[in-house]
Amino acid sequence: MFEYLKEIWPTLWPTLAAIGVILAFVPFLGLYMTFIERKLAAYVQDRLGPNRVGPFGLFHAIADAIKLFLKEQTIPAHVYKLLYFIAPTFSLMTAMFALVVMPFGPVPTEYSSGFRYIVAPGIDIGILMMIAISSLSAYGIILGGWASNNKYSLYGAIRSCAQFISYEIPLGLSIIGIIAAAGSLNIEQIVAAQGGPFWNWNMFWQPVGLLVFFTSALAETNRLPFDLPECEQELVGGFHTEYGGIKFVLFFLAEYTHVITVSFLTSLLFFGGWHFPGLTGPVDSSLGGMLLRTFVLVFKVGMVVSFIMLLRWALPRFRFDQLMGLAWKGLIPLGLVNLLCVAVVLTFDLPKHLLSFTAIFIFVGSLISARQLQFTINRPRSAGRPSIAQTTSEVTI
Amino acid sequence: MTTTKKTKTVKWGDEPKLGWVEAMYLPAIVSGVATALKHAFSGKTTTRQYPEVEPTIPPNYRGVHRLNRDEAGRVKCVACYMCQTACPANCIEIIAAPAPKDDPKWKDRDKYPETFTIDELRCIYCGMCEEACPVDAIELTSIYDLTGLTRQEMIYDKEKLLSVYDQTVNSGNDPIRTNRGALGPASLEAPTAKQGPPPPGQGRHG
Repeated sequence: MFEYLKEIWPTLWPTLAAIGVILAFVPFLGLYMTFIERKLAAYVQDRLGPNRVGPFGLFHAIADAIKLFLKEQTIPAHVYKLLYFIAPTFSLMTAMFALVVMPFGPVPTEYSSGFRYIVAPGIDIGILMMIAISSLSAYGIILGGWASNNKYSLYGAIRSCAQFISYEIPLGLSIIGIIAAAGSLNIEQIVAAQGGPFWNWNMFWQPVGLLVFFTSALAETNRLPFDLPECEQELVGGFHTEYGGIKFVLFFLAEYTHVITVSFLTSLLFFGGWHFPGLTGPVDSSLGGMLLRTFVLVFKVGMVVSFIMLLRWALPRFRFDQLMGLAWKGLIPLGLVNLLCVAVVLTFDLPKHLLSFTAIFIFVGSLISARQLQFTINRPRSAGRPSIAQTTSEVTI
Repeated sequence: MTTTKKTKTVKWGDEPKLGWVEAMYLPAIVSGVATALKHAFSGKTTTRQYPEVEPTIPPNYRGVHRLNRDEAGRVKCVACYMCQTACPANCIEIIAAPAPKDDPKWKDRDKYPETFTIDELRCIYCGMCEEACPVDAIELTSIYDLTGLTRQEMIYDKEKLLSVYDQTVNSGNDPIRTNRGALGPASLEAPTAKQGPPPPGQGRHG
C-alpha cells in the first residue's frame, strides 16, 4: 500500500494541490463576490455600499458568513427531510465538480510534472464533461424545490428545469463552432488554438457564437435577466424559500460558483485564455511567465464577472414566455446559422475573418441603434414623443 | 328598469410595435449597460454617512419633549392639566402641589407640578400638548435619536424633562413655536369675563 502510494505520489500531489487551491479559493471568491456585487450595485445606484466593517468595508463578507453560519438551523415541519438536506449539498457539489477540467492558470498542452493549474489535465472530453456536469446542477434546484413541499418552491424548480433544458441547446451549439475550429474538445488545446495575434481569439471571428454562448451561459447561472427560478416578486424566494442559514449559503455558493465557471469558460473559449498581446507563444514553465499568464487569465475572468454583475443592475427580468421565446426562436436559430457559417469557412478553407463582419454588424449596429433609442427615450414629450396609445377606438358601454 | 343611456368612451392602447432592431434586444441592453456604467463612474453619491454626519432637522420637527424653565429657573409649568387632558395617547401624568407660600421665590405662583412624567414610548408626537399649554411650558424639541435599553428608562420624569431643556435651550435649534423667556398670554393678566376677550392679535390664537 505504502509502496504504491510512493509510486504514484509524483502524479498525486499536483492533483491534490490543485484540488486544495480550488476548494480554498472558490468559497472565498464566492464570499467576496457578494461583497463586490453589493459595492457595484451601490455605485450603479449612486450609493456608497457597505463600508462599515473593516477598511472600505472589506470584512462585511466575513461578517455575513459568520452570521449565516451561526444562524439557528430551522427545519420546517412539512419538508421531505432527506431530500431537503441533500439538495443544497448536491447543488454545490455539481457546481464544484465542473471545475475539475477547468484550467485556472496557464496549462501547457503537453503533460508535465510538478504543480499544474488544473485538477485533471489533458482530458480529451474536457468541455463536454464540463457541460454535462454543469447541467446536473438543475437536479440540485429541482430537489430543493420538490423537498420544500411548497408551491412557490416547486414553481421555481419547474421553471428552472424548463430553462435549463432550453438553454442547454444554444449553449452546445455555440461551443460546437469553437470545437470545430480547434479540432479538439480539450480546453487546453482550444486555448492553444487561439494563440498568435490577438485577432485570433474566438471572439473576433465568432462573435455570434460569443453572443449565443454568453446569453445561454447567463441563463444557466440563474442570474438576473434570467433569474426566474428565484424571482422575489413572484415566488417569495423560489426554490430556496424554505432554506436558511448554512443550507442557504450552500445554494448561494453554488450560484456564485456557476458564475465563476461561466466567466472562466467565456475567457478560455472566446477571449483567448491566458493569451495577451505580447504573451502569445506556447506556455513556458518559468515562474514569471506562469504568474503573468495567470494574472492575464484572472483579469479577463474578473472583467467577465464584473460585466455579469453589471448586467444584473442594468436589465429587467424576462417574462417567462419571452425567456422561452428567446431560447427557441432566437438563440437556437442563431446558433445554427453560426455553426453553418463556421462549417462553410472551415470546409472551404476561406479566411476565417470573413466572419468578423458579423461582429462589426452586431456591435456597431447595436451601438448606433442604442444611441437612436436613447434619443427616442430622452426626447421631451412636447416634441411629439410617440404615445403608448397609438390607436384608439371608442366603445359604448 | 330603464336607465338613461350613458355613453362612455374607453381608449384602448396598444403596445408600440417593435422593429426588428429592437426585437434583437441588443440596443436596449447596450443603452441599459451604458446608463448603469454612467452612474457607476459618475462619482456622485446620495448617501449620508449617518452617525458621523447628522442630518439638519427642521425647527418644526416634533421630537423629544422638554419642560421649559422661566427666568428664575423654576419649572414654567403651572400644573393646569391642559396637556394631560389634550393628550390623545394618555402618556402625560401630572401630580400637582400647592406652591410653597413661605418661600418668597414662589410668591407669584399657586400651583406647581410635583411630578410630571411622560411615557416617551406611548407618545405619538402629535404636538397637542404644546398646543394646549397656556404658558408654553411643554415643547417638542428636534431631538430625534431617542433610544433606551428598558421601558422604564423611557418614562421621562420632571428632572429629565428639565434636563432636556438645559441641553437644548442653547443649541440654537429651538423649536420655532417657542416663546423663550416670556410667559404665555394666559399667565400675564388673566382676562376675566368682565374684561372680555383680549383684543385681536394679543390673545394666544390671534
